[in-house]
Amino acid sequence: MNSSYAVPAVALVVLATVLVGAFGLRISRTTSDFYVASRTVGPRLNAAAISGEYLSAASFLGIAGLVLVQGPDMLWYPVGYTAGYLVLLLFVAAPLRRSGAYTLPDFAEARLASQTVRRMAGVLVVGVGWLYLLPQLQGAGLTLTVLTGTPDWLGGVIVAVVVTVIVAAGGMRSITFVQAFQYWLKFTALLVPAFFLVLAWQGDGAPTHAFDEPASFREQRAVRVHDSLDLRLDKPLTVTVDGTVDGTAHDGAELVLPAGTHHIEGGTRLTFAEGTEVPAAGRGGDDAVSPSRAESREERPLYATYGLILATFFGTMGLPHVVVRFYTSPHGVAARRTTVAVLGLIGAFYLLPPVYGALGRLYAPELTLTGNADAAVLLLPDRMIGGVGGDLLGALVAGGAFAAFLSTASGLTMAVAGVLTQDMLPSRGVRHFRLGTVLAMAVPVTLTFLLGGLPVADAVGLAFAVSASSFCPLLVLGIWWRRLTPPGAAAGMLVGGGSAFLAVAATMTGYPGEGPWHALLAWPALWSVPLGFLTMILVSLATPGRVPPGTAAVLARFHLPEETRTEVSP
Amino acid sequence: MPQDPTERRVVVTGPPRRARRTTGYYRPRTEIDEQTTLGHTYVRSLIRIQLRTGLTVFAVLALLIGPLPLVFAAAPDARRLEWAVLGFGLYVPLVLLARWYVRRAERNERDFVRLVEDR
Repeated sequence: MNSSYAVPAVALVVLATVLVGAFGLRISRTTSDFYVASRTVGPRLNAAAISGEYLSAASFLGIAGLVLVQGPDMLWYPVGYTAGYLVLLLFVAAPLRRSGAYTLPDFAEARLASQTVRRMAGVLVVGVGWLYLLPQLQGAGLTLTVLTGTPDWLGGVIVAVVVTVIVAAGGMRSITFVQAFQYWLKFTALLVPAFFLVLAWQGDGAPTHAFDEPASFREQRAVRVHDSLDLRLDKPLTVTVDGTVDGTAHDGAELVLPAGTHHIEGGTRLTFAEGTEVPAAGRGGDDAVSPSRAESREERPLYATYGLILATFFGTMGLPHVVVRFYTSPHGVAARRTTVAVLGLIGAFYLLPPVYGALGRLYAPELTLTGNADAAVLLLPDRMIGGVGGDLLGALVAGGAFAAFLSTASGLTMAVAGVLTQDMLPSRGVRHFRLGTVLAMAVPVTLTFLLGGLPVADAVGLAFAVSASSFCPLLVLGIWWRRLTPPGAAAGMLVGGGSAFLAVAATMTGYPGEGPWHALLAWPALWSVPLGFLTMILVSLATPGRVPPGTAAVLARFHLPEETRTEVSP
Repeated sequence: MPQDPTERRVVVTGPPRRARRTTGYYRPRTEIDEQTTLGHTYVRSLIRIQLRTGLTVFAVLALLIGPLPLVFAAAPDARRLEWAVLGFGLYVPLVLLARWYVRRAERNERDFVRLVEDR
């Protein structure tokens, strides 16, 4: 890939981000501006900011890569990410804004008047936020490596520094502008190239076998396998091998590999004839941006699909950077309307990744084998259009990808820093918020260095599963159920979130390996979400004496329209 | 101390009348503000209808999404259908469901405000 246009594009995005942030800084004067943009962000700006923040690297690069590798089943990811906002709207949006809570710990304290539950929620928020930050930093590293061949820690460090500076300098007011700007940047960066790619596809005679299963090569193509992998073949495959297969070295020999699993050494060159079906790779290399690699789709696809649906539908409402955003709405009605606008904006965006995924299956099917499927979005313009036009479009996509890392990372840093400042640092002034920001970013940056080669990609899936089984019960029951008690909430968060965390951590370390147990642990949402709800309800019912005394008044505040309130809200 | 019944009668009936005149609120509103049992009943009725609205829309969502994985698993040849539905077909229904919910939720709140303010 030609980097002479891509590097300036990435630099331009970083520069524009800093400039827009500085513009916000000029009008960001008070502490209230800092944390909640003085709660004056109207639905349209706020919706663009929420969408800009929500559409992470996983959406921008990961979905197309997953669809390329695993087929249309992976389109459940964008559907789930969008539907998660609908569930959030139905049960949480307006009451959450009216609760006056800035963070999830605030909500826990306002509803349950318990410092213990507050602290537990705080620890969970910081944990989930850090988990979600890891893949953003890694994705930035991967993108920069694909584009320029720089060492893979550089991209992450650039993102970390820019984000820390913007958040620490301008707070929420700055971030709101930055993220609204980045939504439109990301949308344009996918839409314009998609338009030209579809034109190129039509000029190519509009082949449609991308929709067939499995993908196949349109022309003879040589593939260089970077990392060792296992090929799973359903039927014999004819391939020209230059390297080592199944422990035997070959030198340009044409082989007929029988059905079964074959081990390909790293550095091997495979040449596939036209029309050959793309074989399935067992170990998918380092697709650091994909939402999750822990899935075991061959074993229990239906279970896995439902697990994915449940985790994304219920996990969205508990993501720390999503919750903070609702407090910047002026009132509950605006919070609701903002959510509808967000649904429209992210729905429009998600129409584009499937296009890239389908075109990737047509024009770059070998990415399945090289383990760089996430690069599909970045490589397609060059592959299909080529020339200066292809380079320019590729640069646009690269800039958009960087916007994705920057916006999600800044939203998460904002949320984590907010919790750190309020709950873990002594005073609540702006200076401590800046200290919190540095701390919020320093930990995940250190972790990317420490974890290096570990499959951190699972972190996003883990974040959704943990959030769905701990925060979702807390929010839904806290808003709609009068008999929730502090011990119930604490037990539910601990059992639901804790079991989801342990299950995914076990899969990441490779504990059960294969079989039905693996599927159960890799997609915990299907059992851990009901478990979280059930624990919360049962323990609450067992401790009826612990219902906080002001519950009725608190619930009234959550649900009463603003115009019927007598007290002036602070 | 029942020597002067007229004076006592004034004391008992006075405060409510004065309270109503100074604040100018109608009764349901006052009940809610003062958190009486009746006030709680009003609030609870609002919560219940909002929850019912949310659950109704959620049920529609579940009926729309829930069977899809089964359908796709049952008809493995319908790949193009899966691409079309998952890739492009679900976002418009999701936005429409959201708008439907917001309209109903806001109507519930308007009805409630009319109930407690105008009587």
